[in-house]
Amino acid sequence: MSKLDSRIPEGPISDKWTNHKNNIRLVNPANKRLIDVIVVGTGLAGGSASATLAELGYNVKAFCYQDSPRRAHSIAAQGGINAAKNYQGDGDSTYRLFYDTVKGGDYRSREANVYRLAEVSANIIDQCVAQGVPFARDYGGLLDNRSFGGVQVSRTFYAKGQTGQQLLLGCYSAMSRQIGKGKIKMYNRHEMLDLVIVDGKARGIIARNLITGEIERHSAHAVVIASGGYGNVFFLSTNAMGSNVSAGWKVHKKGAFFANPCFTQIHPTCIPQHGDQQSKLTLMSESLRNDGRIWVPAKKEDAEAIRAGKLDPTQLKEEDRDYYLERRYPSFGNLVPRDVASRAAKERCDAGFGVGTNETGEAVYLDFSSAIMRYGQEEANVKGIHNASEAQVRALGEKVVEKKYGNLFQMYEKITADNPYKTPMKIYPAVHYTMGGVWVDYNLMTTIPGCYAIGEANFSDHGANRLGASALMQGLADGYFVLPYTIGDYLADDIRTGAISTDSPEFEAAEASVKERINFFVNNKGSKSVDYFHRRLGKVMWNKVGMARNEQGLKEAIQEIKAIREEFWKEVTVPGSADGINLELEKAGRVADFLELGELFARDALERNESCGGHFREEYQTEEGEAVRDDAGYTFASTWEFKGEPSEAVLHREELKYENIELKTRSYK
Amino acid sequence: MSAEKGLNLTLKVWRQKNSKDKGGIETYQVSNISPDSSFLEMIDILNEQLIGEGKEPVAFDHDCREGICGSCSMYINGQAHGPGRAITTCQLHMREFKDGETIYIEPWRAGAFPVIKDLMVDRSAFDRIMASGGFVSVNTSGNTQDANAIPIEKVNADMAFDAATCIGCGACVASCKNASAMLFVSAKVSQFSLLPQGQTEAKQRAINMVNQMDEEGFGNCTNTGACAVECPKEISLENIARMNREYLSASVAKE
Repeated sequence: MSKLDSRIPEGPISDKWTNHKNNIRLVNPANKRLIDVIVVGTGLAGGSASATLAELGYNVKAFCYQDSPRRAHSIAAQGGINAAKNYQGDGDSTYRLFYDTVKGGDYRSREANVYRLAEVSANIIDQCVAQGVPFARDYGGLLDNRSFGGVQVSRTFYAKGQTGQQLLLGCYSAMSRQIGKGKIKMYNRHEMLDLVIVDGKARGIIARNLITGEIERHSAHAVVIASGGYGNVFFLSTNAMGSNVSAGWKVHKKGAFFANPCFTQIHPTCIPQHGDQQSKLTLMSESLRNDGRIWVPAKKEDAEAIRAGKLDPTQLKEEDRDYYLERRYPSFGNLVPRDVASRAAKERCDAGFGVGTNETGEAVYLDFSSAIMRYGQEEANVKGIHNASEAQVRALGEKVVEKKYGNLFQMYEKITADNPYKTPMKIYPAVHYTMGGVWVDYNLMTTIPGCYAIGEANFSDHGANRLGASALMQGLADGYFVLPYTIGDYLADDIRTGAISTDSPEFEAAEASVKERINFFVNNKGSKSVDYFHRRLGKVMWNKVGMARNEQGLKEAIQEIKAIREEFWKEVTVPGSADGINLELEKAGRVADFLELGELFARDALERNESCGGHFREEYQTEEGEAVRDDAGYTFASTWEFKGEPSEAVLHREELKYENIELKTRSYK
Repeated sequence: MSAEKGLNLTLKVWRQKNSKDKGGIETYQVSNISPDSSFLEMIDILNEQLIGEGKEPVAFDHDCREGICGSCSMYINGQAHGPGRAITTCQLHMREFKDGETIYIEPWRAGAFPVIKDLMVDRSAFDRIMASGGFVSVNTSGNTQDANAIPIEKVNADMAFDAATCIGCGACVASCKNASAMLFVSAKVSQFSLLPQGQTEAKQRAINMVNQMDEEGFGNCTNTGACAVECPKEISLENIARMNREYLSASVAKE
């Protein structure tokens, strides 16, 4: 029998969350003090969950691999956070945010979860302002908004290009307050290496102290996985170097189902790869598409001349430029959703119109010259400068653009040594976010009782494609406002349990298997570094399981990943010992997990015979190259049960019911 | 770009097994480094080379590699985060160096930041300062007033933001001859004292955070200003003045 019970509350969608909160069980304040909760990861989801759980009275043990919770990768989110506040009076509402998110996700997310997300979104902004998060404001002192892809309202709150940083520091402050009180015990530089299940319930973790190398047992009444996404399975991505799937993968191997692993977001605006020595890719915020126009030369010979360095793009006449997003999608233009924008860039580059000066020629322009002139003219009017010269208008416009995007322009210039005020930015899609993740029910609990997954680590809210500025929203919604309520329903049974002992056979067995694996790595006398295997895995993933996939490529990928994995276990070398800091050892464990995930990922993509969101199967497209979904066959979440090897994983289906939104072909034309 | 000639470099790197080890400088050669590579990618190449020789790679802190997480913490040729203004080490690119150059790479040096291995230091003192008062005491229940209930003058909101962009990397401490943490602490104190939400506890916050800073063993500020020059986020010295004001008025009020 399938264990998939999504536990969606009854009633109309707008009342589900309220009714659910009214009916689930609570733990009284005195009893909360008797209950421990482990939270793995301290980004927006884990950080906010730790803070609220501690405030409610639970004893929280929080873990992060970084040297401080403030460095979790949520810090790097740039553009903004959505909330249905309708401060701009442009027709926004909870329903519209819900609708946009479901449509943006190409109808592969769970309606009830998405509605709840939209419902609590407004609270997030109130909460963050109260905590002293310095959002951008207008001259009247009120909060400012901007627009993001896939929507026609301005509902994105932001703090320059550093919104994630400001929100995470808000979480970190809230955590710090509880750390000071002793309600959160913080374990910095610790990595979870296994989940411990006692009597069918998640009761603790095995963690490695990354400084001393000690293997530690930590017990709790519930375990929350908030360890982010697994984009680094591609080796090159916009994720932090340490971002990994291990916590999610360990719980999967202990019985938690893993959903939609192939749903990956390839972000359209990243700085193109410079060469083989590259270690990671850098995102340029989607907010830039508010003002930047994306184009490639209309003629192939111009593209060739640019690639050869014989033609300067600023010299190209308007009529020789192809603003392909504006051409193909007139109503959304440059603000189409990410999956659509990425595929369109790939299409142009594959057709020979790319402008990259690197070996691949893969890049398109993101051009601010018209925005600079437009803003410059506005400024000239405001300042009463009549007959302003073109140079004057340009100078004024550059100032305005600098105020809006200064830090992003500076970041671009540092990396590329090109000045984006004078010459268009070069961008290309890169792996950025994973919509798939550990399967959870409406309470955010996995298929293992007492084990929860929140934020990017779970699967529920973004379907097959995530809209911009929604990841921050989901992380904080799950952590501040959803999990702290729903976890009580489970913990109500544990008020008499007392502290969980770590002296049980279950802890012993988990610790032994962790130690065995570590010993293998430091003693294996292989000849190849961990990165050697990681790079090879990444190449297979990018070429065959990346932006466009087909049956043959996926079948090859599955075989190739398996072969790399086998070679890895024979040939990997990890210098140094298991005692003390050993960064190669940490990487080895993470890459070992990626090598398993990668295969399941490709299998999932092979099983899904349709194109939806970020999952584009070449066999399923229209003549114009638009994705063709198969609602009759695939309106479900693919949910995998671990059976020893990725090739033996068993597929379960969670049927997705659309009762409030009609399934339609997604169109941004 | 990729056609440009690669760089050949001599690296003098601080190696230290653990916090108890004495440590010392080791010399390495790397060749054919692309000028478009970042400084950390250059260290990656050195490490691949060391692993190939069966040696332990150089341990260093790094994560986001886009200048925002604050992990990377190298002292390069005597400067925190190396040559160049307003950057972290991960944003430093090899085009800043010349072929044949010798580069010295060391960890942060400060009593309150003990070296734990090679180029990695323990910055948990910053976390303890934060836990002593780096917050607004509001519960995260979501039951607060509407976000637009209190308008905030744009100038103040912007100044608070500028202070809030501190990434907690510790370059200020490493650059200061007194190993003072005043720029770090004052950035947080300023962010909150510039906003109405933070003003209620502004005085107590300044006292608590300054006391904890002293307890951690950071030095005093003598207004040299090296911190602000080396700060990757260009946090202004004015924040220190603002914190001193807060601290002074809080101390007077306490008497």
